[in-house]
Amino acid sequence: MTLLELRHVSRIHGSGASAVTALNDVSFAVQPGELVAVMGPSGSGKSTLLNLAGGLDTPTNGDVLVEGVSLGELSSRALAAVRRRSVGYVFQDLNLLPALTAAENVSLPRELDGVPLRRARTEALATLERFGLSDVADRFPDDLSGGQQQRVAIARAFIGERRLLLADEPTGALDTTTGESVLRLLREQCAAGAGGVLVTHEARHAAWADRIVFLRDGRVVDETGEARRPNGDAIATGGRS
Amino acid sequence: MSVKLGLLALLDEQPMYGYQLHTTFKERTGDTWPLNIGQVYTTLARLERDGLVEAAGDDGDGHQIYALTDTGRAELSQWFATPVARSDRPRDELAIKLSVALTVSGVDVREVLQTQRTATLRDLQDLTRQKAAVDEGDLAWLLALDSLIFQAEAEARWLDSCEERLLKKEVRR
Ligand SMILES: Nc1ncnc2c1ncn2[C@@H]1O[C@H](COP(=O)(O)OP(=O)(O)OP(=O)(O)O)[C@@H](O)[C@H]1O
Ligand SMILES: [Mg+2]
Repeated sequence: MTLLELRHVSRIHGSGASAVTALNDVSFAVQPGELVAVMGPSGSGKSTLLNLAGGLDTPTNGDVLVEGVSLGELSSRALAAVRRRSVGYVFQDLNLLPALTAAENVSLPRELDGVPLRRARTEALATLERFGLSDVADRFPDDLSGGQQQRVAIARAFIGERRLLLADEPTGALDTTTGESVLRLLREQCAAGAGGVLVTHEARHAAWADRIVFLRDGRVVDETGEARRPNGDAIATGGRS
Repeated sequence: MSVKLGLLALLDEQPMYGYQLHTTFKERTGDTWPLNIGQVYTTLARLERDGLVEAAGDDGDGHQIYALTDTGRAELSQWFATPVARSDRPRDELAIKLSVALTVSGVDVREVLQTQRTATLRDLQDLTRQKAAVDEGDLAWLLALDSLIFQAEAEARWLDSCEERLLKKEVRR
C-alpha cells in the first residue's frame, strides 16, 4: 500500500494581499521501501510539505493520505493516533524536551503508544545503541553536544517501527561521517519496508535517496529517478538502471 | 589522473602481467575510469621504452610480467608530491555554457541550471549507491568514491549559488 500520498496539495498562509502560497498543487507519493529527498531554496515550501505529510498542518486544497487514509476525513483523535503510531518526525529545530533525559525523550513516543514503561525503556536503549548513543542515555539535552542532540532526535523518530519517517534537515549539526551514518540508518530502515521523506539542502545527503524532488516557489520543478508503483516496480521503463 | 601513473602505482605494490594489471585497475577505480586491455598493453610498451618499467620474466604460463624500475619509482614519488591542477579537469564547459546562457536572449537560465542540477544529483546518487555497497574494509575504493562524491557535491553547490545570484539580480531589476 502507498505509505504517503499528496494529491494536488496547496497551502496558502493568510489571505488577501498578504497571502503567501507556500505550496502550490503538489502531488507525490512514497511507497514502502522508498526514501525520497526534497530539495529546494529557502522558502520553497519544504517544511510546509513535511508538516502536511505528517498531519501537523492542514492543506488549503487537496488531500493527504497516510497508508491510504485521508487525513482530512479523520477526527482529531484519530488523526492524533495516526501521527503517533505511523509517523516518526525529526524536526528542523529538534524539539527535544529539556526536562527529560535522552532515553526518556526517545521512549516517550512508545509510552504514548501505551507500551509498558519498562519495555519502552528497553526499546529506547536499544535504539540509542544503534545510533552510538549508549553513553549519553541518562543525560539531559542541555548537556549534549549539538550533534548528539540531533542523533537523539533521530533515534526518537525511529523507535517503535514507525512506517513513515519524516526528517527536516536531520544532518545539520553532524560532521561528515556521523551525518553519513545517520543516512545509512535511514536508508536501511527504508530498505526494511518503511518509507522516508528527507528534507535537505545538502546534495551529498540527498543522494542517499531513491528519488530527489526539487521544489521551487511551492511547486515541484524536477525529479530524479522514477516514481514507484505500490508494488515496487518503477513506473517509467528504460533509462537508467 | 593519467593511466600511466595509475599503472606505475599498481606495479609498485607487486610485479604483474598485463591482464592482471587491467583487472586490478578496474577493481581499484570501479568503472569510473574506463580502460580497455589494449590501452594497458600499449601503455606498458611505452613505459618500457621510457625505462619506467622492465620485463621481469614470465609467470610460467607465458604471461610477460612487468616490474617498476628505479626511474619509474622516482616518477611515481614525483607524481604523489605534486598537487593536481584543477585546470587539468575539463569541467569548464559548464561555466562557459552558463555565462553564454546569461547573455543569449530567450534562454531560461534557471532551466539550464535545473537541468544540470538534476544530472549532477543523478551522478551523485549513482556514486552513493556504489558507496553503500562497498565493504568498509576496502578503504582505497571508498576514498576514491568519496573524492568523486565531494566533487559532484561541489558542482551542485556551485549551481545553487549561481541560482541565488541570478535571483538577486532579478529582484534588483
Ligand atoms: N505560518 C506561516 N505564516 C505565513 N507564511 C508562512 C508560514 N509558514 C511558512 N510560511 C511561508 O511559506 C513559505 C514556505 O516556507 P517553508 O518553511 O515551507 O520553507 P522551507 O523550504 O522549509 O525553507 P527553509 O529551507 O528556510 O527551511 C515561505 O515563504 C514562508 O515564509
Ligand atoms: Mg524548512
